[in-house]
Amino acid sequence: MSLNPRIAWPIALVALVALPFVHRDTYHLHIVILILIWSFAYTSWSMMGRFGLVSLGHGGFMGVGAYVTALLWNHAGLTPWLGIPIALACAGALALIVAYPCFRFRITGHYFALVTLALSGIVLQVITATRDWTGGSLGMTPDRTKGSHLWALQFDDKVVWYLIALGVWLVGLAIWHQVDRGMSRYALEAISEDEDAAAAAGVNVTAQKLRITVISALMTAFAGALYCQYQMFISPDTVSGISVSLQMVFAVVVGGIYVSLGPTVGAVITLLLAEFLRIFFGTKAVGWDNLVYGLLLVLFIIFLPKGILGSLLERRGAAKPGAAVRKPA
Amino acid sequence: MGSFLEIFDIYLLEAVVNGILLGGLLALLALGLNLIFGVIDVTWICYAELVMIGMYGMYFMVQSFGLSYWLAAPLAILLVAILGAALHFLVIEPLLSGPPINQLLATGGVLFVLQSFATVMFGIDFRNLGIRLPVLTFAEMHFSYSRLLAFGAALVGMVVVYLFMTRTYTGTAIRAIAQDREIMALMGVDTKRIYLVTSALGGALAGLAACLLVLQYDVHPFVGLSFGPITFLICVLGGLGNFVGGFVAAFVFAEIISLGGLFSDLEWGYVLAFAFFILMMFIRPAGLLARRS
Repeated sequence: MSLNPRIAWPIALVALVALPFVHRDTYHLHIVILILIWSFAYTSWSMMGRFGLVSLGHGGFMGVGAYVTALLWNHAGLTPWLGIPIALACAGALALIVAYPCFRFRITGHYFALVTLALSGIVLQVITATRDWTGGSLGMTPDRTKGSHLWALQFDDKVVWYLIALGVWLVGLAIWHQVDRGMSRYALEAISEDEDAAAAAGVNVTAQKLRITVISALMTAFAGALYCQYQMFISPDTVSGISVSLQMVFAVVVGGIYVSLGPTVGAVITLLLAEFLRIFFGTKAVGWDNLVYGLLLVLFIIFLPKGILGSLLERRGAAKPGAAVRKPA
Repeated sequence: MGSFLEIFDIYLLEAVVNGILLGGLLALLALGLNLIFGVIDVTWICYAELVMIGMYGMYFMVQSFGLSYWLAAPLAILLVAILGAALHFLVIEPLLSGPPINQLLATGGVLFVLQSFATVMFGIDFRNLGIRLPVLTFAEMHFSYSRLLAFGAALVGMVVVYLFMTRTYTGTAIRAIAQDREIMALMGVDTKRIYLVTSALGGALAGLAACLLVLQYDVHPFVGLSFGPITFLICVLGGLGNFVGGFVAAFVFAEIISLGGLFSDLEWGYVLAFAFFILMMFIRPAGLLARRS
């Protein structure tokens, strides 16, 4: 990277925090909030995906995060402050139950993708089957609070949500960088190259993979809970199932799977594309956005597998092999 | 009390038999996926969506063009076979040298394309063929003819594939490639052509499944999601690429779904099947009938 991160990051951060106070357009803020929440979810997927652990079960984790939080609030009156940790625990447990046998018995690549794909399908089935509580495929709405907004984690002001989403997104990036800097990154890269060789070199393959999987699942479930609290409406199609899992894959692949801001770029592109299609085609756009996504996904994997941001950064890196060239932001 | 148990047993037996009938269909689906995986080493995530397109093909040929079912079925099979070959030629072929997971993700993109193509073209209405086959009553148990037909046709389809694989030159070449990809190219086998033939064959099996499924279920753009995941589970449980394992696993799963559906909703049958799958992974991680190597 030719941009000096020490200058660029604080400037970008100040600009992002100041944004809602300068530009108060509700619609634009809404889009930015959605972009931030989904960026967080996509980032959590890419934490596994970049090490060759292609999970198609993240739609399932997201669904667990959203639905457990909403169900506890609606049916048990439990505040999301407690509901979200419980939802995260559920998602973490689910990740352990599915991932442990996979990793312990060396189920990798195709097998892993298919098992996790089935996982997100099953979560969808459970949500639909328990329609007495979850509303089935019609979706559910968390009850509006009668008391404290803070207690219910429901805010009418978009600026509050913007700042929450921004904070969560930054934490997500921080976790990404933490993993990127740590030893486990080398361990996981070794594992993705050759599991046996990594094990022979003293890497605890199962433990390393389980750790990153659980971190990723917890973050995804948190994104689901956050989405539920912000949007105040969830349905099986929007927060769980195979299409959500594939949507994550798509955004990350388009943005760039190996760079920290890749998933964010992917979220910006996918959400803006969806909004663009929705505005220009209206209700006729139903289905068109996914059609374009699907085509782009195939084209990107064939022609630009490193993603937009990844390829751009690589090109810059190749042009200036000296690396630490400084340039004002 | 005694009469209650008698009725209960009849229901149980009926569920068991229906499970076997469902198993035939699932085995057919699993066979197509296994064939592709075993030979080309690629997983078609969009396999169930090919079936969905086939079901729409059947629907339109029968409903809009007034073709008879028996005339429409071979056309639908041909249509999906061409789709399968096109999928291989356009998407898989350019990615064959890349990391295997990219091929899987690309077919995920195709899943999106097919699903939304159906949404855009045909809308999200549930459509059915309007053919109602009679119900067979045998010893106080009820079986629908469509299921029996599906079971029979699935078995015949599998036997035909078996004969093709063992009795013809192309079939032998396909099996040889499944065993050793590199050597066969040196032996003078045109791998590209074999891959294309295999993809078309896999597509044809999806088309056959579509012809049979359309008799029992309504078709809508997301119908693939209701049997896609279960097919993948069957293939993994049987051992990807292991034909016999997939066959056995299909019947085991079908029984679980059918019996689970007897006591509760069908969705819970699926959940039960998934729980069983996780359990089996602890016991037999390399598949139900792990290949001895």
